[in-house]
Amino acid sequence: MSAGATDTRHRELGLTDAEYDRIVELLEREPGDLELAVFSLMWSEHCAYKHSKKLLRKLPTEGERVVMGPGENAGAVDVGDGLAVAFKVESHNHPSAVEPFQGAATGVGGILRDVFAVGARPIAILDSLRFGELDSARSRYLLEHAVAGIGHYGNSIGVATVGGEIYFEGPYEQNCLVNAMCLGIAPQERLVRSAAAGVGNHLVLFGARTGRDGIGGASVLASAELDAEDDSKRPSVQIGDPFEESKLLECSLELLEAGLLESLQDLGAAGLSSSSSEMASKGEVGLDIDVSKVPLREADMEPFEIMVSESQERMLCVVTPERLDDVLALCEKWEVRATPIGEVTDTRRLRVFAGGELVGDMPVEALVDDCPLYDLEPERPSAPVYAPPPRVLADDVSPRDTLLALLRSSNVTSKRWAFEQYDSIVGSRTVRRPEAADAAVLTLGPDGGSRALGVSIDGNGRRVACDPYAGAVEAVLECASNLACVGAEPLGLTNCLNFGNPEKPHIAWQLTQAVQGLADACEALGVPVVGGNVSLYNEGGEGPIFPTPVVGMVGELPDPERAAGYAFAEEGDQIALLGPFSPSLAGSELEKLRGGLSDGLAPADLSLHAKHLGLVRESVRGGAVKAAHDVSEGGLACALAECCIAGGIGARVDLAPLLARLGDAAPPEAALFGEGPGGVIVSGTLEAIEGLAEQAGADGLIRLGEVGGEALELTGGVATLSLPVEEAKTAYEQGLPDRFS
Amino acid sequence: MKFGVIRFPGSCDEVDALLACERFGEAELLWHADRDLRGADAVVIPGGFSYGDYLRAGAIARFSPVMEAVREFALGGGPVLGICNGFQVLCEAGLLPGALLPNTSLRFVCRQVDLLVENPNTPFTRACEEGDRLSVPVKHTTGRYYAPEPALHELEADGQVLLRYAEGQNPNGSARDIAGVSNSQKNVFGLMPHPEHAVDRLTGSADGGKLFESIVAHVEALAPA
Repeated sequence: MSAGATDTRHRELGLTDAEYDRIVELLEREPGDLELAVFSLMWSEHCAYKHSKKLLRKLPTEGERVVMGPGENAGAVDVGDGLAVAFKVESHNHPSAVEPFQGAATGVGGILRDVFAVGARPIAILDSLRFGELDSARSRYLLEHAVAGIGHYGNSIGVATVGGEIYFEGPYEQNCLVNAMCLGIAPQERLVRSAAAGVGNHLVLFGARTGRDGIGGASVLASAELDAEDDSKRPSVQIGDPFEESKLLECSLELLEAGLLESLQDLGAAGLSSSSSEMASKGEVGLDIDVSKVPLREADMEPFEIMVSESQERMLCVVTPERLDDVLALCEKWEVRATPIGEVTDTRRLRVFAGGELVGDMPVEALVDDCPLYDLEPERPSAPVYAPPPRVLADDVSPRDTLLALLRSSNVTSKRWAFEQYDSIVGSRTVRRPEAADAAVLTLGPDGGSRALGVSIDGNGRRVACDPYAGAVEAVLECASNLACVGAEPLGLTNCLNFGNPEKPHIAWQLTQAVQGLADACEALGVPVVGGNVSLYNEGGEGPIFPTPVVGMVGELPDPERAAGYAFAEEGDQIALLGPFSPSLAGSELEKLRGGLSDGLAPADLSLHAKHLGLVRESVRGGAVKAAHDVSEGGLACALAECCIAGGIGARVDLAPLLARLGDAAPPEAALFGEGPGGVIVSGTLEAIEGLAEQAGADGLIRLGEVGGEALELTGGVATLSLPVEEAKTAYEQGLPDRFS
Repeated sequence: MKFGVIRFPGSCDEVDALLACERFGEAELLWHADRDLRGADAVVIPGGFSYGDYLRAGAIARFSPVMEAVREFALGGGPVLGICNGFQVLCEAGLLPGALLPNTSLRFVCRQVDLLVENPNTPFTRACEEGDRLSVPVKHTTGRYYAPEPALHELEADGQVLLRYAEGQNPNGSARDIAGVSNSQKNVFGLMPHPEHAVDRLTGSADGGKLFESIVAHVEALAPA
């Protein structure tokens, strides 16, 4: 009989009997309590990616501009002038579902640490949020507190929150998503890796004291489904202190600038256990840690609690003996507590001491590399996984009222209510703020160079639910399209894969399809994936969330002066639609309002889209285009309305040429409100649009009309409507605030 | 002409302020533990969350060593500009009248607002005309200016209200749309909007530069020929 069958400690920690037996085999004995706690975390989905690692190998990770690929705290790409941009997106879903303010705040704190752990100064945050429908009090509570938590942390630490997205869908009711992305900038030679090096070097822990907060967070919260007893998990949520992190950030960067560190690593999920074993694994060394040296918030913590605590605002570094005093002095200057807690050894083992007593002794390889990897057993579901949403709009509503209903609907409406709670300008780099352009634009400015960055984060779970492959492809296309609209060329991509329980065949199918979609789209656009995060087991009592791959992309543009916004500018400017846009009501916001959820989306011709994105980018860079806006949720009519609202000016648009191109395949309604990738609205002078038409060819560009007047007027087929810009603006801007009154 | 920009632990707009000052003169960062101003001709107390602002915005910073030097400098007539958290610190330190209370929305708000110049005859506004409209961003949770009614009358009568929010643009519920006030000598000025984030058209507006330009003109006018 196996040990696992008689001893059940491991099951409470989320390990299977077979995994327990494997641990016994690797240790060649039964694990002690501390060892079992450390293994359970290191072998959790969150740390070991045991259900996703094989799948992630499909993603392309190489490219000329990649400086640091997956595996480090953050990926990094070359942005010229000797500079690199490091970036990553990570989830904090379950903590946020349990305690939204601290969950979201520490999500921001954690992703900031990932970026400065590689030596980059964080310059921007974006966030991608999903909640249940806004008629639910719980969803409003989660939204309000998650937004406040993001603002609390980002604003206080002085990193601009420059963009993001929020969607509301029933399947996120119990299990909201809070994904935070951070990007930072560094001279390339200052980037640091996390591999521990140099036998005899000191391991120094610095930052906040260690407490009982977040014990087991990675296994209790991140690697299991949420259930009715969520509230009992509240102690597993960490508490963030942005002031402590602001000192930690400045201190870390100054330590690196002074060349005092051999390596640096932040403490995230699984705390000291994972940070130390991963540093040791990468450096092919061992580590001895004495937990009695770790500064504590509470005097009576057990050694295992110290090893797995997820207290925030802590970092680990490796320092040579000669530099130890300088490191401690610099930390003292920043009023950051720093303590040598161990040293690098040649044992390839993580040995944990409590004073003189050895309380844990584990092979590093067993912790980091020997976790069993599972093959998914994907199976396309035979019946719909998700119930269709309730119908809130009748079929026979006029096009004008349909447009108003869409502008007011939670997924299309302005998110100003949320983003005004974020400091989007600190750092003096923000050239395009939220709702001014499709992507945020940041200058490299004070750090050198005249270039700028474009950055966007996207992903539409409902469309992925309709079609996991096509929906994931679209997430990449939309992100790239947003970058193209400001004139940016993608350099690299990070993703966060938010899915349900991968042990269930239909979730495994969603995951497999979506990863293939991401891989194919990245390949076609030539964008390498430089890092990311997987968040599985996102299920509440009522079933899984929509499969939600979130994609963050960083690009560069040569001249920030020419970054296009989407506000229509001047009376008489011509409006055109660029690209292979083939809208359909399947998976659209209008379908949602009518209570539908399609099965299947039209596939995208990736090479055609890649060509089209290049054309958009070059036309914006050339300066001819005054406004560029990607057609997304709510279709062409909503996109045009957004351009009008942003510019405070109307437009006269004739849909006949578009209807002619779409032919019988698409009714006028689909031309107005249908969705699909590959449509960009551009406006500019007559001369500019004529020039663009020549380059794009008859299939690539459709003339739509011109800017002017005080209303958005759409004619063509039966789709005629006229809507004063002021009325559209009220619907668009009040959609969110009205739900809080 | 040299600006001294004070950095407290938790300041987060100090580099922005430094860069803004450097567009108009020399500038140097000063640390909260410093006891002198290293020859600064004007002091800027930037925005942020000094010492985390966990007690009350600006409440701890007034006790820092550098603030003794700032007080002495201010009492001697030196120009001191407090932006956002700096405004809160100056009120807490008693160098400016009134107090900043939580926004009526009780939420952080970040948006571009228009300001009207009330009094162009000060070291901070001399590059402006009365009635000039400046586009400058605000971003704060605690920015509602408050002073008792009689004090407000006095501030207005004495020309200490240098900037107001344009009609309909008050982001926080400030009394009488006040965006910034000075002391009675007009050499200490605090405002909630961030002029340091409005010195370059590329990032939104260059209107805030007029404040820094004014300070430089003031200091240079006083300098011995």
